[in-house]
Amino acid sequence: MSELFSSKNLKLLTNPLNDNNPITVQVLGICSALAVTVKLEPAVVMTFSVMAVLAAANVVIAALRNTIPNRIRIIVQLVIIAALVILVDQILKAFLYDVSKQLSVFVGLIITNCILMGRLEAFAMGNKPWPAFLDGIGNAAGYGIILVIIAFFRELLGSGTIWYYPIVEKLGLYKIGYENNGLMILPPMALIVVGIIIWVQRSKNKILLESN
Amino acid sequence: MKQTNTYIFVYASVMVIAVAAILSFAAMSLKPYQEKNREIEKKKYILQSVNLTKDLDKADNKDKFIENEYKKYITNSIVINSKGEKIEGVDAFSISMKVEMSKPSKERKLPIYICTLDDGSVKYIVSLRGKGLWGPIWGNLAFDNDFNTIYGVVFDHKAETPGLGAEITKAFFQKPFLGKTIFDESDNFTSIHVYKGGKGAAKAAGDLKHGVDAISGGTITSRGVESMLKTCLSDYKNYFKNQNLN
Repeated sequence: MSELFSSKNLKLLTNPLNDNNPITVQVLGICSALAVTVKLEPAVVMTFSVMAVLAAANVVIAALRNTIPNRIRIIVQLVIIAALVILVDQILKAFLYDVSKQLSVFVGLIITNCILMGRLEAFAMGNKPWPAFLDGIGNAAGYGIILVIIAFFRELLGSGTIWYYPIVEKLGLYKIGYENNGLMILPPMALIVVGIIIWVQRSKNKILLESN
Repeated sequence: MKQTNTYIFVYASVMVIAVAAILSFAAMSLKPYQEKNREIEKKKYILQSVNLTKDLDKADNKDKFIENEYKKYITNSIVINSKGEKIEGVDAFSISMKVEMSKPSKERKLPIYICTLDDGSVKYIVSLRGKGLWGPIWGNLAFDNDFNTIYGVVFDHKAETPGLGAEITKAFFQKPFLGKTIFDESDNFTSIHVYKGGKGAAKAAGDLKHGVDAISGGTITSRGVESMLKTCLSDYKNYFKNQNLN
């Protein structure tokens, strides 16, 4: 057990949260970060679906890594991701119909999420299944944190709600002339929020400081 | 490791066949559950358009609740064509609006569900289907027995943008439809207009009888709702007019 959670393995979980965050440091998965962060709920649902698919795909690829022909490895990775995503979608449709309706487009978006291909290619192809599993969970969590932060600000400033709770209305800010910022619900603001997060992170995190 | 072309071909073929087998097995074995879900959902939309799903969240077995309510309130259903004539021998519930809307207007078969509420009043529920920004949108519209005033409405969508177009499912968008009429004073068909410009746009345009506000940021989906209403209701309008003449 202690070996399963050695400090090296734990690093796989914690590194992507900050020092090696897939969105703010590796700059992967930006497209879905723009698309699903208008409200908190889809952002969280998307995080969990990416986590499930990424962890499973990482494990499968890591288990097959010595058999996969080098020249067609990208195709093999893509087939596995697509198969898993479709499987998850079918199961949700059969047993968790409401959830599957909320996910709708996002399930398809998972296939095109660069983080998945990135992790399979960079990590799962060269590591055993267990570390690959942790790496998948860690990266999806790192992705999720950023998604939730962006969604929080976009929902609060754009729609005046937090998880559908009309916080701004309850505080009575509309009465004194406050208005929701319509720009926040449009994709460009997500990019600007990502930019601000990257800026804050780079100025606080010593490892990421550039030396020139 | 050096891999021969044969190995690569065999590997790719085996992988594709294995994945295909797994996926088709999953799709086939899950199909009955998925179809059941869709049927329940269709009933739910119909009930929702006459505001009968308020207690749904409290129900222990939601599927059963919907089945029971549907049996209790949806007392009859008929099928009509766009000329306004009744078609016999077709089950309204089995009609797929997706199929019907792809046919030319003359050949469409359109369902009307007749709902008798607890107070004895009768509502007529029609089905809608159209295009949003990313995919299909659909819904049900319930009319009072003047075949003109909207009693209830429900919209849903497959893939509209969350927070923007997807808001057509929310009460703030649907509520303004209630009480609107689709014919003007001289009985001309007007449908319902969706005015761009966010809150108060319909009022600014001076059209509170047949107009509602669009969703700001969800313009294309709002327009989709408008054209869905126009297309589908103009198929129903002849039947409605005939009913009013009688």
